[in-house]
Amino acid sequence: MTTNVTREKKIKMIPIFVMGKRYEVPETLTIMKAMEYAGFKFIRGCGCRGGICGACATVYRKAGDYKLYSGLACQTVVEPNMYLTQIPFYPANRAVFDFSKIKPEPEEIFKLYPEIFRCVACNSCTKVCPMDVEVMDMIAQLKRGDIAKAAEMSFSCIQCGLCASRCMGELPQYHIAQLARRIYGSLIALRAKHLQEAMQAIVSGRYEECLRTLMNTPDADLRKIYQEREMEPEMTGEDWTPKDKKCL
Amino acid sequence: MSYTPELKELIKVVEQTRSERVALKKRGGEFPMMSLQERERMLTYHPDYKEEGRRALKVGSSKGYRVAHEFADILEAWSRVKPEQVDLSSVAMETDVLIIGGGGAGTSAALLAAQNGAKVIIATKLRHGDANTMMAEGGIQAATKIEKDSPYYHYLDAMGGGHFKGDPDLVYTMATQAPSVIKWLEELGMMFDKFPDGRMKSIHGGGTSRKRMLSAGDITGAEIMRTIRDEARNHQDINVVEFSPVVELILNEHGQCAGALLYNLETEEYFIIKSKATILATGGCGRLHVQGFMTTNHYGATADGLVLGYRAGVEVTLLHTVQYHPTGAVFPEQAEGLLITEKFRGAGANLVNIKGLQFVNEREPRDIESSCCIRECLERGLGVTTPTGRVGVWLDSPMIDMLSGEGTVQHEFPGKYILFKRYGIDIAKEPMLIYPTLHYQNGGLKITADCRTSVPGLFGAGEVTGGVHGENRLMGNSLLDVLVFGRIAGENAAVYIRETAKDGRLTLEHVTAFHKQLEAAGVPKDRVSPMLLPDYTDPEVRKRQLTSHYIGTLR
Repeated sequence: MTTNVTREKKIKMIPIFVMGKRYEVPETLTIMKAMEYAGFKFIRGCGCRGGICGACATVYRKAGDYKLYSGLACQTVVEPNMYLTQIPFYPANRAVFDFSKIKPEPEEIFKLYPEIFRCVACNSCTKVCPMDVEVMDMIAQLKRGDIAKAAEMSFSCIQCGLCASRCMGELPQYHIAQLARRIYGSLIALRAKHLQEAMQAIVSGRYEECLRTLMNTPDADLRKIYQEREMEPEMTGEDWTPKDKKCL
Repeated sequence: MSYTPELKELIKVVEQTRSERVALKKRGGEFPMMSLQERERMLTYHPDYKEEGRRALKVGSSKGYRVAHEFADILEAWSRVKPEQVDLSSVAMETDVLIIGGGGAGTSAALLAAQNGAKVIIATKLRHGDANTMMAEGGIQAATKIEKDSPYYHYLDAMGGGHFKGDPDLVYTMATQAPSVIKWLEELGMMFDKFPDGRMKSIHGGGTSRKRMLSAGDITGAEIMRTIRDEARNHQDINVVEFSPVVELILNEHGQCAGALLYNLETEEYFIIKSKATILATGGCGRLHVQGFMTTNHYGATADGLVLGYRAGVEVTLLHTVQYHPTGAVFPEQAEGLLITEKFRGAGANLVNIKGLQFVNEREPRDIESSCCIRECLERGLGVTTPTGRVGVWLDSPMIDMLSGEGTVQHEFPGKYILFKRYGIDIAKEPMLIYPTLHYQNGGLKITADCRTSVPGLFGAGEVTGGVHGENRLMGNSLLDVLVFGRIAGENAAVYIRETAKDGRLTLEHVTAFHKQLEAAGVPKDRVSPMLLPDYTDPEVRKRQLTSHYIGTLR
């Protein structure tokens, strides 16, 4: 076994309370690993284990503190006397729509999610967001009609649903933001013209001869062609072009 | 947990050499790239090249092929059920196309199958979108800037990166379909990184000859996954069955794949979905922890599809290599194994040792980068030791701001920037400690360029298949792979159900036959697969679970 771990350190144990019940766990672990250490086997509430999939949203309190904290179980390190529960799923309304018929207008979002105007600006969504998205402000931008701004502000959203779980107006913020991002990406940001050019060049058969020749090149020659291929330097701008244009 | 005083002292050593390394880059200079001969010598440090780490398969269609013990252990294993226990006349659901796996490949397959008139069920072990696709960070390759790039160069880069072992038809298909996949994503509303005029930004990845890596911040995979998942949720003909892994494929009397036996993880019931065509899109294997390595992979990455396909008679190919991503976090401890995207190196960050010296160009293919890191730490003793006893080398991210302007790290890598900030580490000013981590299953089930397997009616797409990446995948080619072949599989499955699929009596005889081979090979009875979920239960806890009955890793 190739291993880069050379020694074990003595581990200090601390108490945490999983749904109110006390367990002793090593102090350096994440909530997720601490629960596994304690004997829990995850089916729900565990996903990518890398902070991006939104499966392990967790809310917790600390001893003697009224404040409700939130985090991802896979990213948050346990603290002594932490009271926690996972919220692996939350029922939120998602509108169904035909995206090909959607227009880049805020009214489209208002039509699909009229509850957006039930927002009372309490800011609970922002406070609970484990990704530090300014959720309430994002919703405010949408109400003002700025889809682009809302798309940008919600880009880090992992759709864990904690915002919806705390919302007095019963908004599904993460679904609304998803729609805003898709409208922005497809219909507001300018399209990349070079995609169409590249597709047309391929369909026209422009590279076929070069590619077919390459596919039938014996291994030794292929290695030589590979080794000698012209490399785009790292510090070039968009205007760089190679000397060899044969297979472009 | 910010850096300890000891580590902060060592960071000063890195700072001492930084301005000189930045100046070199600004002059257009580079740490020398290796020749193919040098690369081959370096690969002796790679875990794949340790013969004691693998063994020859004793059963099945690739009998005699040497693969890692962890793969052999799941391929040479018994079904979770006795075939005779299953009532094949009791069908819970019926559909045209059954897609096993709800990641990038499965979801794009569903969209294309539905678009071509098929009714679809996506069966997934966890939630829809719980997949390695979600975790891919740096980018997706596509030769879209035709004044400097073409599928020819994309093909050449992919072939060379894969040690010239890639399947030419598959590589050709991937390179030539790439621009249309990007266009599809743009139309669906994915937020690519663009210039104000709409032109997509593109950078290098390890082993690319042209800057063709397109991206969406440092969460490219998540942005792809949430966009196509959102689109799938609009389709009436796509139904998703969550928390229901497949445990066996079901064939019919004509030898066609005709559905699957599934397991409801919550109610512990087994049930049958009958289908006219089936697509395996179960993803990779990181949670097998090959050779004891930490992994970047999703909780569900237990190579289930390999087992299902292999039992049904599909060969495995190129499974003798797995990819270790050179840059997995080793500090802080809670981020252990976490992927640090290659985009950091694409943007110019060097890898340096405890002396602040470069030991490899940061844009070599991944297997070479990993080999160099392993050699630096384990043979040369020039790694940095963390307080918990892990060893790693520095990834010098602050160079990026010096090369491309203040604020670049925060803007281009928002995900990692926030994450490390929470640990008290500002990666725009301090480097990260990294070590190779198990990342990708290069090989897998054998498919053709139209995603067919050797079993009629059974298609494969994405990480569960092998061939397109040869022995080593390049960055940005897996997000591309899942979408190119996912779409092809969906489209071809829809054609297959119209033209070829026949109704017939359901059977699990292939499982019975496989069991006979296992019996003859003397495979221990308690070895069952697919694994479904990894086992992270503390052995001490397990000892006290006096009345629990484990089948494999599950109670």
